[in-house]
Amino acid sequence: MSLLKVTSPHASGQSRVSAVMRDVLVATVPGVLVLTGYFGPGTLINIILGGLVAIAAEYAVVAMRGRDPRVAVSDLSVLVTSTLLCIALPPYAPWWLIAIGVLTSVLLGKQVFGGLGYNPFNPAMVGYVVLLISFPVQMSAWAPPRGLAEVPGLGDTLRHVFAPTTIDAVTAATPLDLLRQNTGLLFDDLLRTSAELTSWGGIGWFEANLAFLVGGIWLLYRRVFTWHAPIAMLVALAVCALMGYDGGSSESGGSALFHLFSGATMFAAFFIITDPVSSAVSNRGRLIFGALIGALIYLIRTLGNYPDAVAFAVLILNFCAPFIDHYTQPKVYGTGKAGSKET
Amino acid sequence: MRTVHDIHGGIHPPERKALSRPGELTDAPIPPQLVMPLRQHLGVPAQPTVEVGDTVLGDQQIAAAQGVMSVPVHAPTSGTVVAIESRPIAHASGLEDQCIVIETDGHHRCLDAVGTDDWRALDAITLVERIREAGIAGMGGAGFPTAVKLSPGPERPIETLLINGTECEPYITADDTLMQCHADELIEGAQILAHVVSADAILIGIEDNKPGAIAAVEAAIARADADIELATFPTKYPSGGEKQIIEILTGQQVPSGGIPADIGLVCVNPGTAVAAKRAIIDGKPLTHRIVTLTGEALKNPQNVSACLGTPITALMAHAGLNAIAPQRVIHGGPMMGFAVSNLQAPITKITNCLLAPTATELPVPEPAKPCIRCGHCAEACPASLLPQQLYWYARAKDQEQLAEHRLFDCIECGACAYVCPSQIPLVQYYRAAKGQIRDSEQEKRRSDNSRGRFEARQARLETEAAAREAKRAARKAAAQSKADAEGADPIQAAIERAKARKADQDKEPEQTS
Repeated sequence: MSLLKVTSPHASGQSRVSAVMRDVLVATVPGVLVLTGYFGPGTLINIILGGLVAIAAEYAVVAMRGRDPRVAVSDLSVLVTSTLLCIALPPYAPWWLIAIGVLTSVLLGKQVFGGLGYNPFNPAMVGYVVLLISFPVQMSAWAPPRGLAEVPGLGDTLRHVFAPTTIDAVTAATPLDLLRQNTGLLFDDLLRTSAELTSWGGIGWFEANLAFLVGGIWLLYRRVFTWHAPIAMLVALAVCALMGYDGGSSESGGSALFHLFSGATMFAAFFIITDPVSSAVSNRGRLIFGALIGALIYLIRTLGNYPDAVAFAVLILNFCAPFIDHYTQPKVYGTGKAGSKET
Repeated sequence: MRTVHDIHGGIHPPERKALSRPGELTDAPIPPQLVMPLRQHLGVPAQPTVEVGDTVLGDQQIAAAQGVMSVPVHAPTSGTVVAIESRPIAHASGLEDQCIVIETDGHHRCLDAVGTDDWRALDAITLVERIREAGIAGMGGAGFPTAVKLSPGPERPIETLLINGTECEPYITADDTLMQCHADELIEGAQILAHVVSADAILIGIEDNKPGAIAAVEAAIARADADIELATFPTKYPSGGEKQIIEILTGQQVPSGGIPADIGLVCVNPGTAVAAKRAIIDGKPLTHRIVTLTGEALKNPQNVSACLGTPITALMAHAGLNAIAPQRVIHGGPMMGFAVSNLQAPITKITNCLLAPTATELPVPEPAKPCIRCGHCAEACPASLLPQQLYWYARAKDQEQLAEHRLFDCIECGACAYVCPSQIPLVQYYRAAKGQIRDSEQEKRRSDNSRGRFEARQARLETEAAAREAKRAARKAAAQSKADAEGADPIQAAIERAKARKADQDKEPEQTS
């Protein structure tokens, strides 16, 4: 009888990388549905198109590197990257914008470093920032929500994506744009005069944030990640917004509620900064990591040139993650004072 | 009621303990041949005291302890020594080791045992010596010589003797069975050990998934009317690690690199306590132990009391091993045990479990995927390490960072690898890294030694040269001073004598011409 030589442990738990990635994809469903409901099928087209490009790119690169491309693609991580990027892109973005963004994410964000697990930066945010800097016009062309304008049908959507000529027809300022551009109105007056704004963030945006929050809570329940980074980010953002609210003058940074449920806040908190590869590793480290991202998002939103700030804040903190790790090593068993109580 | 503390991390793998029916104990048959390894403990192997052809009786010593970190080996039954040679042993390395092979005669004739009930009258040194002579080494798995553990020295006063009845690994029920079947002996053994280390208190800790053992030990404490505390705590792996159970029951942590005695504790396995009782009161050495035979590849999973030295294959046959099904036989549990490489290897003092799983029960590990730093391993680590960082540094062979991240505080429990979604064999990396660091430390010691020797030789040569120089100088000085004493330079004198002689010779021709 031949005996198998393997070392301990012989038992293993149920957790698998592909299952984790699948959970993340499933958790985006409510948010994607809400975005589709309010802004039309643009986001869905983004995700499908981006997914195809991403799989093709990952397959080709991994094959060129002499590894088994089916193994790499089957861990679903590349689909997570492309899906997250495509959710962040404006609906009805031209096809080439999606392709460039996804290729940047997969190739420059991930594969040049050695693929899954080796990327120092969040690949989706790398793609996003490259697009934001290179194609600011297309990247700021977000669609108006249902109720304020007619939402295009599938045919129109496909025309926008593959024959992008009539870009202005589906463009409107986002709530964060409006806040950014506001110069003379009190915050409350701004909310009253702009149809797309509500005190909860804005039509469609509030609902989308809520949907991503629901997906995030489900991921917490599935123990895909811990609460530390998302909660720290949301608390830091809320605290900063409270401090910068100044009673709602024309210089106001906007209310805490507005910031929590506007732009990419919930999406960032539960889907972007929770990327384990590029974040800090210990729970204490993730608290600091999340809180600094929250604070940076507020600062860039209110003081910077870009209306939303998630991508920049995340990339900057990706730089800091190893540094945070160095200073947040947990206290190892038995390294306290002799016989001391556990702290 | 004692406050139970929680430890960091831990996991809850399926327990599978009911499979081997804890609490039921039978004797395994005596096999035709017993293979007694000379090293069944941690430390120096024992020295054979018998020769090939000798007839031995049960309980007779067949190999003697060599020094402090060693314990003797005794024959479990009567028979003839047929070989003293290298045989396969149950060890993670798969290597062979020296064994005494006994052909059993089936009569089971034993030496007359001399024990004592009046052990309280004996001093600690006598009792420790008897425990060593009985061949007792820690029966929880490490095989640390018990006599050494019981001698922490006067600088480490012991407050509490802790009996670790946790048995947190899945599948294993040997300690559970022992506590159910031999609870009275356990209590007596605990009292003896407490007397030996002069402990004020005895504490028995059992995980709450063993109601049978808890009831049996509780009843035995009541019967003995002993001042012994029984503490139960929630089931979680690896609560049974020595450092972990100490933190759970006392809230204190054993200092890194230290031993429990540093904080006034001696912690032993229940099997060790029972063995101590039998050694002192019954005068019987350690020759048998309880082994859990389990796994779905066995027809009759069970606990047996087996002779040490029984080949694994005999026990597997006894439990009805389905020869086709198992793809490995694990010595120990599924978390920390190792796969046996040869079923002819015998069981030893540390064999608490033989696990024969089917391929569906414990599947072959999948190929590892890249680490995604999810951090589940750090959450599971009972030592509060950062396993994923250790993994990166182990791969990079960065010994400085490995030390910085305290690799040597890893107890190799396997909780990190268990939860890893990428199925990375993390513990394997840590073991390899520890081995490399030990090697390079040894290498450094060796090179330090030879540098030391070289420098010592240089220094010696220099001293010798200096001594020679000094001698020469001294001789010169002595000659000088002698000349000074005579008032004239001897060389000058010699020259003058020569001149005088030459002058005489010069004169002579004139006289002759």
